[in-house]
Amino acid sequence: MIETAALDAQMRADLVEYLLRLADDRVVLGHRLSEWCGHGPILEEDIALTNIALDFLGQANHLLELAGELEGEGRSADDLVYSRDEIDYRNCLLTEQPNGDFAATIARQLFFDVYDFLLSEQLAASEFEPLAGLGGKMHKEAQYHVRHSREWMLRLGDGTSESHRRAQAAVDALWTYTAELFDGDEVDARLSQARIAADLESLETRWQELIGTVLREATLGISDEQQYQRRGGRRGHHTEHLGHMLAEMQILARSNPGAKW
Amino acid sequence: MADEQRQDTELTLYEVFVQEKTGEPHVHAGSLHAADQEMALQNARDVYARRGPVASMWVVPATSITATSPSDAGPFFDPAEDKVYRHPQFYRVPRAARQQAKKVTS
Amino acid sequence: MHDETQQLEAFQARIDAGEKIEPKDWMPDNYRRQLIRMISQHAHSEVVGMLPEGNWITRAPSLRRKMILLAKVQDEAGHGLYLYSAAETLGIDRAELIEQLLTGKAKYSNIFNYPTLTWADIGMIGWLVDGAAIVNQTMLAKCHFGPYSRAMIRICKEENFHNKQGYELVATLARGTPQQRRMAQESLNRWWWPTLMMFGPPDDQSPNSAQLMRWKIKLQSNDELRQRFVDRTVAEAKAIDLEIPDPDLRFNEQTGHWEHGPIDWDEFWRVIRGDGPYNHERIRVRREAHERGAWVREAAEAYALKRREKAASAAG
Repeated sequence: MIETAALDAQMRADLVEYLLRLADDRVVLGHRLSEWCGHGPILEEDIALTNIALDFLGQANHLLELAGELEGEGRSADDLVYSRDEIDYRNCLLTEQPNGDFAATIARQLFFDVYDFLLSEQLAASEFEPLAGLGGKMHKEAQYHVRHSREWMLRLGDGTSESHRRAQAAVDALWTYTAELFDGDEVDARLSQARIAADLESLETRWQELIGTVLREATLGISDEQQYQRRGGRRGHHTEHLGHMLAEMQILARSNPGAKW
Repeated sequence: MADEQRQDTELTLYEVFVQEKTGEPHVHAGSLHAADQEMALQNARDVYARRGPVASMWVVPATSITATSPSDAGPFFDPAEDKVYRHPQFYRVPRAARQQAKKVTS
Repeated sequence: MHDETQQLEAFQARIDAGEKIEPKDWMPDNYRRQLIRMISQHAHSEVVGMLPEGNWITRAPSLRRKMILLAKVQDEAGHGLYLYSAAETLGIDRAELIEQLLTGKAKYSNIFNYPTLTWADIGMIGWLVDGAAIVNQTMLAKCHFGPYSRAMIRICKEENFHNKQGYELVATLARGTPQQRRMAQESLNRWWWPTLMMFGPPDDQSPNSAQLMRWKIKLQSNDELRQRFVDRTVAEAKAIDLEIPDPDLRFNEQTGHWEHGPIDWDEFWRVIRGDGPYNHERIRVRREAHERGAWVREAAEAYALKRREKAASAAG
């Protein structure tokens, strides 16, 4: 186990960056899911989507606190959420895609949840103790998230002809954002070498298998496996959607600098 | 059947029973709507286990429950009331034995 | 006819003896109708009530506030669900109740026909609106219809934090920057009077109250409940230096109660008739969510049916 005190400067900087990536995925996805609150297809589902949103926001909060601590510049979780610009956000493009119809939301969630399930499994075994603790909690929550999105994908894919059409369209529209989930850079390389972070490449094969199984069972498929894959979120190069989301999310906090809430 | 599916639907009514700790009985917590058992279980988890603690849950389609009716109540339950010999308080036990039993169980 | 009178008397005698009524028990038609009306109005209020607060979820100014607000609005969905279920025990199904809401046949609490214009309104809803609701709900938890009472006991337990977080939010603003303070006072000015109207018309103008009290569905009158709320809230406003927007407000030494000025009942009736600032918008949004969700609910049913058929043919 690696303690915080034992981290060198490079490792510390890498970890801050890595934690921001993990956290931003969750802030953004939690925010997207929270947009459903009050507008779901049935009351029970309103409650379910909100539970998942709360899981992600809670995870983000812990991850950002840890990032702020390691960074050592006195930034709180809220500072990191409410004062950073689009180009500083490190979430993958998949998470910022708009909710669309319920099928688009479920497809986005399924792709992310299965990724998160595999990722958090490795994080729970991280050599960096604080991250291992959070990883364990994330993994527990991810298990339910996968169950929720998988069960819905089956119902939409193998429900009515309309739901099938919508589910297939959602899978087709979002597939272009899936390869980015497994892109690693030197930060990932150094941290996974030290057994602190997940080995992203090792996740990809299992992710493909699991997603393939769900889609087949849901009578769906991937229309074009070779399609262009969009990337850039981890470097701050986002789709235009993120700017609008942050504008709304940050408006109140930013227009009252220094205020407590 | 196809016609029925076009009708607006709020899915099927289920009853939810929650066991807070293992060893305790499952107690009726409330109801919810779902299309099938798996969805009912998930919804039960989200609706009735948000604040925990929960050890186990049952979901049952409301139509599967058979209940007594108020007019049954008299003939069903009143006859039990005069069978006092079914209750332990009916029996007299010598004091010494009673004290011994207390020691053993406490 | 003779039978009916006897049944009515026996029914009233049970209530007077403190017994709870359960759904399968004999009950007068009017009792059933009034209960369905009251419980479904309550359910609709929870569900429509998600919208004004939901309006600020995406703009909540801190992670903590965002999570609190989400959890609270989620609870309201849950409470709507518990109450629809309580109404369903009386032999009406949720689809029909929702239909009544979306076609404007059913009412819900007037208060949700006002817009949430600033973040302070979120605090005001928790402090004032939930504060008023708690006064009402604590009474309803003791009411004599079993399913309603059970739903309310669960709801009261969960609502506990709603009112507290609202007051905490308002207090934080009241102690904050001048801009925040102004936001809090301005919001209180807008919400105070509509909140007082939540308890319903004065006792001498409340047509259903007497019968509902005889049936022990209501245990206290509108004016009694309103008074309890005013007494509590005036003290809370003083504690954070906010001013109740009522020039006539004064403390009566003899009764020990705070007396408020006249309520604009014309506004109350106008909003009930549909001409509140946000009546149309609230129903429009609910209808949109319901219609946009129709294909999802259909898909879930179609899938369940396919599964059952598959299982049946495998067994056969």
